[in-house]
Amino acid sequence: MKKTYLTIMAMLLIAVFTNATFEGNGYSVGDYAIDFKLKGVDGKMVSMSDYSKANGIVVIFTCNTCPYSKLYEDRIIAINDKYTPQGFPVIAINPNDPKVQPGDTYQLMQQRAKDKGFTFPYLVDETQEVAKAYGATRTPHVYLLKKENNKFKVAYIGAIDNNHKSAEDASEKYLENAINALKAGKKVSTDFTKAVGCTIKWKEA
Amino acid sequence: MKNSALIIFLIAFSTYKVTGQKVEVIKFPELQQIINEDNADLKVINFWATWCKPCIEELPYFEEINRNYKKNDLEVILVSLDFVEQVDTKVKDFVEKEALASKLYLLDETDYNKIIDSIHTSWSGAIPATLIVDNRKNKKDLYERQFKEGELSQLIKTLIN
Repeated sequence: MKKTYLTIMAMLLIAVFTNATFEGNGYSVGDYAIDFKLKGVDGKMVSMSDYSKANGIVVIFTCNTCPYSKLYEDRIIAINDKYTPQGFPVIAINPNDPKVQPGDTYQLMQQRAKDKGFTFPYLVDETQEVAKAYGATRTPHVYLLKKENNKFKVAYIGAIDNNHKSAEDASEKYLENAINALKAGKKVSTDFTKAVGCTIKWKEA
Repeated sequence: MKNSALIIFLIAFSTYKVTGQKVEVIKFPELQQIINEDNADLKVINFWATWCKPCIEELPYFEEINRNYKKNDLEVILVSLDFVEQVDTKVKDFVEKEALASKLYLLDETDYNKIIDSIHTSWSGAIPATLIVDNRKNKKDLYERQFKEGELSQLIKTLIN
């Protein structure tokens, strides 16, 4: 009797953990991304539909606090400055619950954007629904979207490049290569990569 | 005379700190060897960093299972993803302060895209992450999440029986 109980408990536990591992199926390359409406650090609401003239959007889930996010801030600014004129602007979204990660409050996001001189919108995903819809798991986590039939189609998911420590030493600039391929009307050769990052700080149930 | 010797001994002993813990810096091929070495029924390999708050919060649970099981039943390995430049400062200070007793390594890599999939295909790369290798069942599971109090010990209990 006790053994049966234990076995059931074990199965339940394993089921719970396994589910957590595969939490949120999210987008795959080729899926269409749904639009969102999120508040930026300047108080203005931002939607993808505001970007009717863009050829695509670089959506980056990032935050104030993760060391990996911080290492990429300058690179995100450089990518936005380089690719906005070419039709691929950056939108950064902070999905972290500030109750779990106190360094990610709206006020501290405003401060960070000001200190670093962000040239792109830095939005709060307060309900975390956008991060869940995308299937984002970590910061930073990049989704490159390509405009197609007036919708935004996921063209690349993953890391910015393959060296978090130094942009100069990165031998693979995944995101830039993907944008360049889209611009040239070519297929993105590496359309999915992984990188170390910080877990998104989900709201505690 | 005898007394003073005893006092000196006691003072010396009381200020003695356990500093035997080493944090060995490794590259990915060494990590693969460590993961694949069949030296315990269950191997619990936790990826963490001193800057990762949820990782720090769950570390005591890994220390707890490390204490509670015999070496050949279960081995706990803590793999720090801190930056290698900080191994002798930040990481070692933390290890001493927390008196960590589990086996410790620091993985010094930059190009993680292929490494993450080789460790487990269901890992996205976020930490905390824990790989549990069950050598008896020839099975590897990856938990990309923070364990809360009691969860890890319960999971281990069910896996080990």
